[in-house]
Amino acid sequence: MKRIYVKEEWCLGCHLCEYNCAFANSGMTDMVKALRGKTIYPRIQVEQDENGVTYAVSCRHCNDPICVKSCIAGALSKKDGVIEIDHSKCVGCLTCVLVCPYGAVVEDGSGVAQKCELCMKNACGAPACVKGCPNGAIVYEERGEAE
Amino acid sequence: MNFYPEFEVVRNDSRCIRCRVCERQCANEVHWYDEDGKVMLSDESKCVNCQRCVTLCPTRALKIVKSDCRLRENANYSDQTIKEIYRQAETGGVLLSSMGNPNPLPVYWDRILINASQVTNPPIDPLREPMETRVFLGKKPDHITRNADGSLDTKLAPQLSLSMPVMFSAMSYGSISYNAHASLARAASALGIYYNTGEGGLHEDFYKYGKNTIVQVASGRFGVHKDYLEAGAAIEIKMGQGAKPGIGGHLPGTKAVGDVSKTRMIPEGSDAISPAPHHDIYSIEDLRQLVFSLKEATDYRLPVIVKVAAVHNIAAIASGIARSGADIIAIDGFRGGTGAAPTRIRDNVGIPIELALAAVDKRLRDEGIRNNVSIICGGSVRSAADVVKAIALGADACYIATAACLAMGCHLCRSCHTGKCNWGIATQRPDLVKRLNPDIGSQRLINLMDAWRHEIKELMGGMGINSIEALRGNRLMLRGVGLTEKELEILGISHAGE
Amino acid sequence: MKQYVIIGNGVAAAGCIEGIRSVDAAGSITVISAEKHPVYCRPLISYYLENKTDLKRMNYRSESFYSDNNVTVLYGRAVSEMHADTKKIVLDNGESSDYDALCVCTGSSPFVPPMQGLDTVENKFSFMTIDDTLALEKAITPESRVLIIGAGLIGLKCAEGLHNRVKSITVCDLAPRVLSSILDDKCAAMMQKHLEANGISFILGTSAKEFSGSHAMMQNGAEVDFDVLVLAVGVRANTALVKNAGGNVNRGIAVDEACRTSLQDVYAAGDCTEYHDISSDSVKIMALMPNAYMQGHTAGVNMAGGTAAFDNAIPMNSIGFFGLHCHTAGSQPEGCEMYEEADESHIKRLFVKDDRLTGFMLLGHMHRTGIYTALIRNRTPLSSVDFARLKIEPQLAAMGSAYRDKVLKGAV
Repeated sequence: MKRIYVKEEWCLGCHLCEYNCAFANSGMTDMVKALRGKTIYPRIQVEQDENGVTYAVSCRHCNDPICVKSCIAGALSKKDGVIEIDHSKCVGCLTCVLVCPYGAVVEDGSGVAQKCELCMKNACGAPACVKGCPNGAIVYEERGEAE
Repeated sequence: MNFYPEFEVVRNDSRCIRCRVCERQCANEVHWYDEDGKVMLSDESKCVNCQRCVTLCPTRALKIVKSDCRLRENANYSDQTIKEIYRQAETGGVLLSSMGNPNPLPVYWDRILINASQVTNPPIDPLREPMETRVFLGKKPDHITRNADGSLDTKLAPQLSLSMPVMFSAMSYGSISYNAHASLARAASALGIYYNTGEGGLHEDFYKYGKNTIVQVASGRFGVHKDYLEAGAAIEIKMGQGAKPGIGGHLPGTKAVGDVSKTRMIPEGSDAISPAPHHDIYSIEDLRQLVFSLKEATDYRLPVIVKVAAVHNIAAIASGIARSGADIIAIDGFRGGTGAAPTRIRDNVGIPIELALAAVDKRLRDEGIRNNVSIICGGSVRSAADVVKAIALGADACYIATAACLAMGCHLCRSCHTGKCNWGIATQRPDLVKRLNPDIGSQRLINLMDAWRHEIKELMGGMGINSIEALRGNRLMLRGVGLTEKELEILGISHAGE
Repeated sequence: MKQYVIIGNGVAAAGCIEGIRSVDAAGSITVISAEKHPVYCRPLISYYLENKTDLKRMNYRSESFYSDNNVTVLYGRAVSEMHADTKKIVLDNGESSDYDALCVCTGSSPFVPPMQGLDTVENKFSFMTIDDTLALEKAITPESRVLIIGAGLIGLKCAEGLHNRVKSITVCDLAPRVLSSILDDKCAAMMQKHLEANGISFILGTSAKEFSGSHAMMQNGAEVDFDVLVLAVGVRANTALVKNAGGNVNRGIAVDEACRTSLQDVYAAGDCTEYHDISSDSVKIMALMPNAYMQGHTAGVNMAGGTAAFDNAIPMNSIGFFGLHCHTAGSQPEGCEMYEEADESHIKRLFVKDDRLTGFMLLGHMHRTGIYTALIRNRTPLSSVDFARLKIEPQLAAMGSAYRDKVLKGAV
């Protein structure tokens, strides 16, 4: 099962992944039209630690996803290893935000929850954050548990 | 004296999405976000036109253009000349520059054209026919003898084996970053060619690439010790550099930090000054002593390269080197790059590599000592065509550095000496160094060399030549255009149409 | 082939089905459902009134959920007796059924304290089920004046749901503040102000003394005229079956970490149970949907012979009204320290005791709050993280690079 992983040593903290994510999920074909003058609500978050190390955090697509178990609307589910959200069912209670230990489920700006779905539902086809990272700091690959 | 900035940041506000990537990526702190006005602003006086912001701007909202605010036009006193005078009047200092001479002096490569076969001799299709790009660098025997079973009786001098006639030339760890070195080392290793440590020593992490490493010994002797010499595949004595013939080097103490100082074997923060001369070399005989000391130190296993800048009497100098016991001569032309050099030296000292190369090859042939040494040609070899022309003029292989830097992301802003390379190459600032991921850097170098190898094969095939050996010194394959009789004579080629 | 019986058809039951099927694909599963609906999400009834969802989308699982999982559902049936010794249940129609493992997911029922004259009120409703909701919806008109007894989660969600569909809403509660089960005074005051700004009226700190027709008289003398009355005072766990069968029952059915009751092969999950809250180290009823699912799933796995434990339960609530969202979790044990950050529209209160985050109340903060929840749930020593940074903003950056490596560099 391929997932998104970050390589801290190559993350530049440029935040392009956040913008590429917001654009990929905007449903629009022009980034300027999609993002200009708007607050973005990306599904990937760049963090910086006390040593200045930066890295991006997005859904881990956990083996035992507490967000799916906690969803009060049955809107979250895991299919073929990907945790998906059915936006037609989500009512915006944000219980998933309250339980995700990685802070990977976020509010979308209109009151409902959103999360990384590996760009499988948008026109991008492959994770936009991975494709757009200028330094190969985000990868989409198969891995076991971290040592 | 305040000048209007050299470059202008042109921001198309109708495309700017305020992602602030430009701001985060500019080590010169040109861009900043104004919270009050919700706009990106810029201080153009700090811009060096490295194009990092332009490249990373996701909406193509940025371009950097040359300012058209110029002093009154004067064909003699150019804008730049006048501003340099102002700067010197202000500071009393020597002007510093980086990378190769950018001035519009003749580029002979561009005045030389390559032959192709038509009708009377067939071209070779490199996709169908074998084509040999492998070359060996080192002293070649005048004749060989074989044993009864056919095996070689003659003992060969040590050789460097290159899968293609291009290598990455010397750039020290210190002048360029750890990740740049890692990229070069990994690419050289994958390609079956060599990279060169420059005078910065060899970081312990890179000993594993020793089989593809040329270790340099220069006038400061920084980083030189027994393990270092033995780690490489060849040793290069650096007598001079094309960008700054006749002067030494100077790594400011601010760059001699951490592993750089450790690798150079100097105290942290101390200036690393390489003297102009080697203080033990004042003659070919002295050079011979160093060549043999190094050979002795490494059991005569490794070929020794002597690198010199292309200067006026280069042919005579090369003749001397060919008799010094050196295995390879590297000649560096006046367009060669540098991490920092006095501007006046870089722009006014030395001669074009094309002329130097032709002169050296001819002189060594005339003296019957061409096989004593191999010749490496460096100092602005920009493409596969330049490589083919260099070989036809007599080179065994070429050194590239600027092209390699470009492959790694360099945009030739020529600000290496500031230490704030936004591309993670000519810098030691950790936040900038990490911008060059060697996974990407090495792959791009490999791609570039793969592309050049294909092109070299195509060009050779067109001429009906199927090996570098057969092309070397084959000046009949070259013709000059727009060159004077004298230039053609030195290059040893005929004019186009002849 | 094992026979599984699940009493109840809520989210705990759905969790139980999925738990069983994660271990045992073959056993027969029978669900006894008092309501005549497939499993749906009870908290969504207020969103239904608001038109944010509809009956179809309220279904918790797909239409084929029961058939996919090979489950027999007996709709409109209740269990009248259970016999743990003979492993048998008896239905209200007299039929009986054997089981190998039983899960009690009977949930809770509205609790209505005795109030004088309540029988004179014509339009009075509970707000627990789809049927309650549909009945309430039928009774209201744009001119309705609604009185809601209870300013807890159910009462206020009902108020939000009705807000655009009726003329006025008054909420009354004996407690002196709104959402008294999850918010303290300061947080409740901000929420109340926000609700009032959206047109909800409150009569707090008093209870209804007497009803007569469409008129209510409060203990403190206040009087309210209304057209529709909603009773949302509280709920009581449905424990009778287990109690009558001799099981251990307090306020809820007592279950352990494996969701076992004191009766052999009888499990229980969801709102009918009481269980251990690790944030306060006490046993309580935590009638919460996420916990109901996780209990049900745990029970299911164990019923089918697997091993699972739900051993990090905490109370937690994510609830919003008219755009002001509120995240709470854990508890505020005696002697805890509080870190606070507040302005006019935000409150952040973090409660710390013995080097652990024990709870929080967040109003207007909803970005990545799960990182806080995980601190409580994992009982992470705060001395092992950069709590000063975490206070400012939930972030993995403050959790140390070892934790980060574990969760970001490999599968989790």
